[in-house]
Amino acid sequence: MIEIDNLSVSSGDFHLTSLSLVINTGMYGVMTGPTGQGKTTLLESICGLREVSQGTIRLNRTDVTRMDPAERNIGYVPQDTVLFPHMTVVQQIRFPLKIRKIEPQKIQSRIAELANLLGIESLLDRKTQNLSGGESQRVAIARALSFEPDFLILDEPLSGLDPINRTDMQAALKSISKQEGLTVLHVSHQTDETNTVADIRFQLANGTVKVLGGAD
Amino acid sequence: MKTTATSNFGFHALLVALSAIYLVLILAMILADFLYVTRGEFVSAISKPEILASTILTLKTCTVSAIFAVWVGTPLGYLIARKKFPGRMLVDLIVDIPMVLPPLVVGLSLLILFHLMLGDWQLESWLRDGVGFPVTFHWPAIVLAQFSVSCAFVVKTMKVAFEQSSPRYEEVARTLGCSQGQAFLHISLPIAWNGLLTGFTIAWARSLGEFGPILVFAGATRMKTEVLSTSIFLELSVGQLGSAVAVALMMVAISIMVLILLRFFSGGKS
Repeated sequence: MIEIDNLSVSSGDFHLTSLSLVINTGMYGVMTGPTGQGKTTLLESICGLREVSQGTIRLNRTDVTRMDPAERNIGYVPQDTVLFPHMTVVQQIRFPLKIRKIEPQKIQSRIAELANLLGIESLLDRKTQNLSGGESQRVAIARALSFEPDFLILDEPLSGLDPINRTDMQAALKSISKQEGLTVLHVSHQTDETNTVADIRFQLANGTVKVLGGAD
Repeated sequence: MKTTATSNFGFHALLVALSAIYLVLILAMILADFLYVTRGEFVSAISKPEILASTILTLKTCTVSAIFAVWVGTPLGYLIARKKFPGRMLVDLIVDIPMVLPPLVVGLSLLILFHLMLGDWQLESWLRDGVGFPVTFHWPAIVLAQFSVSCAFVVKTMKVAFEQSSPRYEEVARTLGCSQGQAFLHISLPIAWNGLLTGFTIAWARSLGEFGPILVFAGATRMKTEVLSTSIFLELSVGQLGSAVAVALMMVAISIMVLILLRFFSGGKS
C-alpha cells in the first residue's frame, strides 16, 4: 500500500503542497496530468530522492518519509531510463542483486526470468548505448524489478514508444505487476494510454490530486 | 563580395602567422636540443650512474606522487562537484593556490611548515626522531613537493569529470539498493574513469617537470634526492651543458609519451 498524506515538497523553484493519495496493495495506480505539474517530483519524493518539507509517505503502513532510498524497496523506472553507461544490459540487471550479495545461482535465474518476461534475452550482452528507446525502457524495468521490490514507480515508461510497442508494453506492465504482486504508481501525461491498465486513476493538476476512478 | 573574401583571407593569414610563431618556437627548441648533442654524447650522459639513479628516482617519485594525488584529489573533486556545503567556493579557491603560487614559494612554505617550532614541538623532528621517517632533504620530500602541486590538477580534472556525469546515475543507484558510498564506488567512479586516468597522467607529467619546490625542500644531493629536473641543474652547475641537454632530451621523450597517453585516455579531447 502506498499512502501519501498531506505531502509538501520543494525542489528549486518548484513546490508541491499538501498532496494526498492512496494506492492499495497490489493495485495499479495511474497518475496523469499536464506537463510541469510536479508528477516526477512526487515520484522522486516517494523514492526518497527529494527532501520532503511536510507530510508523510507510508509504504505498507511503514513511515518511510525520512528513510534512505536504498531501504524503501521501490523499483524505480525514471523517464529517461538512466541506464548506467559503463554496464551491459545483463550487468544493469545483475547490479542491484550483487549489491545485496545474492547468491550467483539465484542471480542467474532471476536474470533469465526477467529477460524472458520482458523479451530482452537477445539484448543481454549489448551495451546500453546501442539500445532503442523501447529496448532501454524494458531494460530499465528489468533492472527495477530485479531485486523483487514491493512497489514499482514508473515515470512515463511509454513515452517515446510507437503505438504498437506502447500497447505491448502496457499489457506487459499490467501482466508483470500481477505476476510479481506489485503495487504500482505509473505516471503519464497522456490520459488515454493507460486507461486499460489502471485499477485506480488520479489526476495531478493545479497542485491537487483528484481520484478519477477505476479502469474503463 | 570581393572585399569580404579578401578580408577573410587576411584574417586567416593573420591567424596562421601568429599561431605559427608559437608552434615554430616549440619545435625549434626541441630541434635545437637534438642538434646540440651527438648520439655518443647522449648515450654517455644518460649512462652515468648518477643520471641512471636520478631517472629511477624520478620514475618512482612521479608514480608515487601521482597515486597520492589521485587518491586525495578524486574525493576532493567529487566533493566540490557534487555536494553543496558552506565554504565550497572557498575550498575551490584554496585548491587553486598551488597552481598559481611561484614554485619556489611552494618549496619554501613546505620547508617552513616542517621546521616551524610550536613550543618545543617540530613536525620534522617528530617525524625523524619519533616516527623514524625523516622528510626534509630525503626522498619523501620530493614526493611531497610534487604532490603539493600535482594534486591541485587532479582535483580540477576530477571536478570536471564528475560535473560532466549526471547525478541522476547515483540517485537511481540508490533506489536500487546502494548506499552513497556504493553509488560513488560502483557508478560515479567508473563513469569518471577516463577523467581519473587523465588526472593521473597530468599529475605524473606535472611531477616530472617539478623543480623549484624539490630543490628547496628536498635539496639536490647526487644519488640521494636527485631527480631529472635537478640533474639538469646539477649538470649545468658543473659546466656539463651536453649532459644537461641529454637529460633534457630524455625528459622531452618521456613528456611526449605522457602526452600521447593523455590524449588516448581523454579520447583526443584534451
